[in-house]
Amino acid sequence: MIRVLVQTDAFDLGGEMASLSHISDSVGGISVFMGQVRGQGDGLESLTLEHYPGMTEKVLIGLAEEASARFSLLGCTVIHRVGTMRVGEPIVFVGTASGHRAEALQATAFLIDRLKTGAPFWKCERFADGRTTWVEAREADDDAAALWD
Amino acid sequence: MASVTILYFASLREQLGRERETAAVAAEGESVTSLLSALRAQDSALNDLFERTPRIRVAINQALASFQDTVRPGDELAFFPPMTGG
Repeated sequence: MIRVLVQTDAFDLGGEMASLSHISDSVGGISVFMGQVRGQGDGLESLTLEHYPGMTEKVLIGLAEEASARFSLLGCTVIHRVGTMRVGEPIVFVGTASGHRAEALQATAFLIDRLKTGAPFWKCERFADGRTTWVEAREADDDAAALWD
Repeated sequence: MASVTILYFASLREQLGRERETAAVAAEGESVTSLLSALRAQDSALNDLFERTPRIRVAINQALASFQDTVRPGDELAFFPPMTGG
């Protein structure tokens, strides 16, 4: 079961985990990654996430389908927020359910590594003094995504 | 005339000051590079942006593409910097 959402609202972590847990009696493990806006001690106040409506959903559904097939998942949920989020607010939820832990753990890592560099999202940082800067892509993120090739 | 829609995202959109435009394309289609050369020749701001921005990505009809791929009349073309989601 695949659930992909791109939304401005916050998500309900407990509710999403419960949904994965209730997919079927065959679920033996659930793995979750949640990403949130990291304060960096440099006056960062918020991040604004821009995306490419239409393409974003296609890419995320494609990744969820790939993860489901590759890791024999019973359930896969990807929720990515867009718009402005302050330090400490959640940005992204990836949850996977499988028969055994290894598949769920690997699938979650696969999904977050791949979506960081493959889904059309861009982060703009806003600082307390009013400055804004676009976040530069990191080579380490490309390397992490490439490990799953 | 045969045309394509072009979208710009994130820092490219901000620096150009526009998020979409329409451009003429060869009726039989042409490579992204070919179309972009024509656009850059007509628009110095666009030319400067592509000169100074490394690693610009392209998508055709909402799928990542290469600059050698063919863009055809009616297609949706998008240019954007490397993605930074998650």
